[in-house]
Amino acid sequence: MTELLLAIAVMALGALVLGAALGYASIRFKVEGDPLIEKIESVLPQTQCGQCGYPGCRPYAEAISKGEAEINLCPPGGLEGVQKLADLLGREVKPLEVEARPPQVAVIDENTCIGCTLCIQACPVDAIVGAAKQMHTIVAPLCTGCELCLPPCPVECIAMVPIGETLDNWKWKYPVIAIQPVATRKAA
Amino acid sequence: MLDLFKFKGGVKPPSNKTQSVGKPIALAPLPSRLIVPLHQSIGGTPRPLVQVGDRVLKGQMIGEADGWISAAVHAPTSGTVVAVEMHPQPHPSGLTALCVVIEPDGQETWIERQPLDYRSLAPEAVRERLQQAGVVGLGGAVFPTHGKLSASRTVPMEELVINGAECEPYITCDDLLMRERAEEVVRGIGLFRDLLQPKKVLIGIEDNKPEAVAALAAAVRAAGEDFAVVAVPTRYPAGGAKQLIRVLTGKEVPAAKRSTDLGVQCFNVATAYTAWRAIAHGEPLLSRLVTLTGNVHEPRNYEVLIGTPMDELLALAQPNPDTDGIIMGGPMMGFLVPDRRAPVVKATNCLIAHSPRLFPPAPPEMPCIRCGECARACPHELQPFEMYWFARAKNFGKTQEYNIFDCIECGCCSYVCPSRIPLVQYFRFAKSEIWARERDKNAADGAKERFEFKQLRDEREKAEKAEKLAKAAAAQAAKKAAEAAAAEAAAVSAEAAPLAADTAPAGAAPTGTTASPPAAPAPTDAEAAKRATIEAAMERARAQRAAAQPRNTEALSPARQAEISAIEARREAAAPPDENAP
Repeated sequence: MTELLLAIAVMALGALVLGAALGYASIRFKVEGDPLIEKIESVLPQTQCGQCGYPGCRPYAEAISKGEAEINLCPPGGLEGVQKLADLLGREVKPLEVEARPPQVAVIDENTCIGCTLCIQACPVDAIVGAAKQMHTIVAPLCTGCELCLPPCPVECIAMVPIGETLDNWKWKYPVIAIQPVATRKAA
Repeated sequence: MLDLFKFKGGVKPPSNKTQSVGKPIALAPLPSRLIVPLHQSIGGTPRPLVQVGDRVLKGQMIGEADGWISAAVHAPTSGTVVAVEMHPQPHPSGLTALCVVIEPDGQETWIERQPLDYRSLAPEAVRERLQQAGVVGLGGAVFPTHGKLSASRTVPMEELVINGAECEPYITCDDLLMRERAEEVVRGIGLFRDLLQPKKVLIGIEDNKPEAVAALAAAVRAAGEDFAVVAVPTRYPAGGAKQLIRVLTGKEVPAAKRSTDLGVQCFNVATAYTAWRAIAHGEPLLSRLVTLTGNVHEPRNYEVLIGTPMDELLALAQPNPDTDGIIMGGPMMGFLVPDRRAPVVKATNCLIAHSPRLFPPAPPEMPCIRCGECARACPHELQPFEMYWFARAKNFGKTQEYNIFDCIECGCCSYVCPSRIPLVQYFRFAKSEIWARERDKNAADGAKERFEFKQLRDEREKAEKAEKLAKAAAAQAAKKAAEAAAAEAAAVSAEAAPLAADTAPAGAAPTGTTASPPAAPAPTDAEAAKRATIEAAMERARAQRAAAQPRNTEALSPARQAEISAIEARREAAAPPDENAP
């Protein structure tokens, strides 16, 4: 009988100790926030354009992590972004809902601008400088090309211009060996 | 004799240098127009200082250095600026960049040149002057020279290595420079030595250039310097900065470090020559030596003005009719210039006329058999076959684990590959892709930061506005309360005043006052308050009227004043004050 009681007591003691350790660990090593959201957000391009239907990249990341949103709603991220999200989340790659655009930048026609500051308020990344009744201009390196400044402009003086290839952003291409018929090669 | 060290790997391609060393340096004639790109060095793009129609003199600055790591650009001859426009560049992409196009007038009128004795100048002044003179590294990397001439504060300067190895096939411009202009090269090295104060100066020249070694050694002796002129074994790429440092000093520059961290700095011989011309003769970098060779009749070295169109220049060497392109640089590291109208720039050391006979088209790439030849040939002891594997699969993280950024793109691996895989092309692709991603990542991080800051700001502004509104409402309420209190006080005093008027003239006993009942009972309190405010307002109005000066009573004549006084007196007499009436 005592052996049985002893066994129960030992097990109970063990359970208490382990329970205390687990309880302590759950407080001591508590993870603040959802680390998955951070990971998803680091994949998103941070244009803050809202084309996914969420007011910014973080809300979209939150929606993805909760499983509320598809991973193919981000046109600026492109198919590559979808691929990365699929790898991260173990979901299937889907084609983009909306066609991805080439990278672009907003340009203000400074002769037409009336200085209403509406675009400055609309810009999510503070890439427009100007003051009331003063000409506004876009700081091109900071512009993410999100197009959010287009609708508020009352005089339609903002245009989106694709970023062309320059010597500064030119990249070496993937080596491709042209396939040519044997006959022409012999002739050459 | 100095003990030499060895670097691992390397190859021995046919040197093809003898063709172009037979004749002395010739001066290239003035071209029909000079196209001077503004961005010719590492670092910031110089700002253009001239406009279309401006007359410029030889040596006049046309592009001002933008930032410390940037070098000025000058007009190579006197003439007229006919355009400041985009023009094809000597770059593998064939893209355009901003250039100043000058039509020479043939006069070669110099600006005022200021020869200086650098020993009388502070080191900062010498560096600034080199930047103003547009002196950059002429070995090919075009890094602004003044940026390399500040000795490190933490690491003592041990060795100054001067690179005259010129390991790449076909190129002979440094060889000819050392043969013909050794004295000025040595003086330029002396300038660098005095700025950097190294313990030793080592000049490395490949042993396939005995004339250059002899000429430079003689010049060093003549100048009474103690520079060591060292013939290094000929093996490509002995002229790579890190390889030459290894051979001469035995120091191996680790990954992600610079030679200056080990107390070694390296300059090209042509850079030393140009720096000396800039300081001692006041001549900015306007021309450089260019080897014209390859599929031509008359291979030779020319002194060429920066901005000379390549097709015009190559015509001097009489290219054979089957020439189908121009290679800038050597056959190992150079590239086919996409547009032959591109100008000669500070980085152009050699133009090779390309023909299919001389450079047969690359045979098709075959699968990698992992033989390891490339790893044996790599002078940086990398594993090209592994990097190729991952670059091909676009697994860029892995390529970085294999230190792809230590690759100097010398081309040894492609040269030895039995499967003829263009390995360097894969590495270039991977490197530029990694850089682009880095740029995108930084841009995204910046955008995120600014977005979060904007949100924070919006919220703060909202909170501030709400606070302000709350404060205003509170102030309004307080004001109302204060007014009410003031009105009450006024009502009380209004009640008290008639009481005093009643009692004082009567001269009644103090008991009378106590006996007389309070004038205003409770229900009429509000009415009294209203009356009191009206009274107070009227009082204020009266006071204002009294304070206001009548407009027409200033500057009166004494007679008129007397008349007015008389009228006032009459009025006083006619209407006695009503207080006295009863």
